[in-house]
Amino acid sequence: MEDIDKKNEMSGRRRFLITATSVAGGIAGVAWATPFIMSMFPSERAKAAGAPVEVDISKLEPGMLLMVEYRGKVVWVLNRTSEMLATLSKLNDQLADPKSEKEQQPEYAQNPTRSIRPEILVTTGVCTHLGCSPVFRKEIAPVDLGSDWLGGFFCPCHGSKFDLAGRVYKNVPAPTNLLVPPHTYLSENILLIGSEKKEEA
Amino acid sequence: MGKRLNSIVKWIDERFPLTSNWKAHLTEYYAPKNFNFWYYFGSLAMLVLVNQLLTGIFLTMNYKPDASMAFASVEYIMRDVDFGWLIRYMHSTGASMFFVVVYLHMFRGMMYGSYRKPRELLWLIGSGIFFVLMMLAFTGYILPWGQMSYWGAMVIINMIMAIPVIGEPLSNLILGDFTLSDAALNRFFAYHVVTLPVLLVTLVVVHVIALHEVGSNNPDGIEIKANRDPKTNIPVDGIPFHPYYTVKDIFGVVVFLILFCGIIFFAPEMGGYFLEYNNFIPANTLQTPDHIAPVWYFTPYYSMLRAATVNFLWIDAKLWGIILMGGSVAIICLLPWLDRSPVKSIRYKGPYFKTALTLFVISVFVLGWLGTKTPTPLYTLLAQIFTVIYFAFFILMPWYSKIDKCKPEPKRVTK
Repeated sequence: MEDIDKKNEMSGRRRFLITATSVAGGIAGVAWATPFIMSMFPSERAKAAGAPVEVDISKLEPGMLLMVEYRGKVVWVLNRTSEMLATLSKLNDQLADPKSEKEQQPEYAQNPTRSIRPEILVTTGVCTHLGCSPVFRKEIAPVDLGSDWLGGFFCPCHGSKFDLAGRVYKNVPAPTNLLVPPHTYLSENILLIGSEKKEEA
Repeated sequence: MGKRLNSIVKWIDERFPLTSNWKAHLTEYYAPKNFNFWYYFGSLAMLVLVNQLLTGIFLTMNYKPDASMAFASVEYIMRDVDFGWLIRYMHSTGASMFFVVVYLHMFRGMMYGSYRKPRELLWLIGSGIFFVLMMLAFTGYILPWGQMSYWGAMVIINMIMAIPVIGEPLSNLILGDFTLSDAALNRFFAYHVVTLPVLLVTLVVVHVIALHEVGSNNPDGIEIKANRDPKTNIPVDGIPFHPYYTVKDIFGVVVFLILFCGIIFFAPEMGGYFLEYNNFIPANTLQTPDHIAPVWYFTPYYSMLRAATVNFLWIDAKLWGIILMGGSVAIICLLPWLDRSPVKSIRYKGPYFKTALTLFVISVFVLGWLGTKTPTPLYTLLAQIFTVIYFAFFILMPWYSKIDKCKPEPKRVTK
């Protein structure tokens, strides 16, 4: 019995061979898994999709909201009336980031209206909480949103609220303002969403 | 005839352990003789599993996992395939009933301390089954590609994106795209019909093997193996699983199937709880429905997700919501190590545990109800209160279960 135990004790050579084989097997395992994992990432076709989109805003009346699909998600173009713009300055103490200090917009939209042209708001219509699309609630003081509601966007999923510049209210689940995508104006009425370089149109 | 059969069995036994397995798991598996109503749900879960596998295979024969065709193919099954409506309702009702029986099965374990030593691993394997079941329900709900499929999945995917650092690449890996699209639908179909069912069936087999190793618990929470007949070495309070409990379980199956058929034929949508009305509208990527809520079995966790509205420490409210939601499920695994009571069963536990378990059940129901409602300030406050109660049940358990005034356990099982 003791003889067998002694024989079974690992010699340095045997231990080395077991370790080396395990390491080689591990490397082979990783190499084997690589193509499978890589096949799950976005394909070349998915990467190629997502070109900038052009939008004609000539028919967008004041107070109207236009929904545009960009990279499979909704982008809102809102033509704000002067009354709507006047609400923005009244809300500062109710908002989490009234001055748009977090990087949720390009530099040219980091201003009180969060836009290039004061009246035209361009923002993704995707709640920064968990990706639902908030509802445009332009009426003032509706029953469900309270008497101090001055119009804005309300997310039906988890109750987050945003003002008419896409700025998030305090004490709601969403952490940041709505994301303003890169955009530019190609002419008076043609808006380009997805790029700020006119030559990419 | 008997002789011929015996010789066939003998021929097999020489090549495969048929008789020995039959004995070990059925005719000579000794279960406590005092099982009650709560012990139906393990075998019923197995029945629903078979129902899901069978109806699922037939659904794949007509379903198309393509974002432009999926919704129409489900309507095709409902309207044009002979008996397609029945097979689909069996599958969709089966999904909800799976959670009904599994929740009751888990509650049984909590009442009678079935998670306590030596059944900790059994409880962990069961928790694993529960996670896989939730993933199956999630991936399955996406397949019809209706409004709730799309926006429900969107919320879950955004939770993954919210994980610091790895969130973004991980969600790309899961979706196969930068947003929820056809690529994701196609692969969720693969998970739902291949990966997850194989995993689920494997875990169920492992669960039963582990159960038969340690033996079943019972409403008294005492070990029947501690008291064996000196001659036969069989537990004196044990009876063979077959025929005693097979017959009992068949009775349970009959009652269950009556209820199951009642739902399928008279209320397959269950007033919007089993199949939500918004899911009869094709997915629209530009507009979230005015009211979204998950299917009933996910609403308690969903309530906890949106109960978090305050930034706390260095973590923002959004991540807290996700932590609470994940934590509320994960903490169930820890039960075996949280309970410090000297007794297992609620029959001998003291008032603290009984109160805590009652409050826990109430909190699950209230959170579940709140999860179906549109959030208002009052509802959010209620969700916060009951989230605290939910977690307190687990986190305070080591303390209240230890100082509780328990009654002595009996030596033998009682009625």
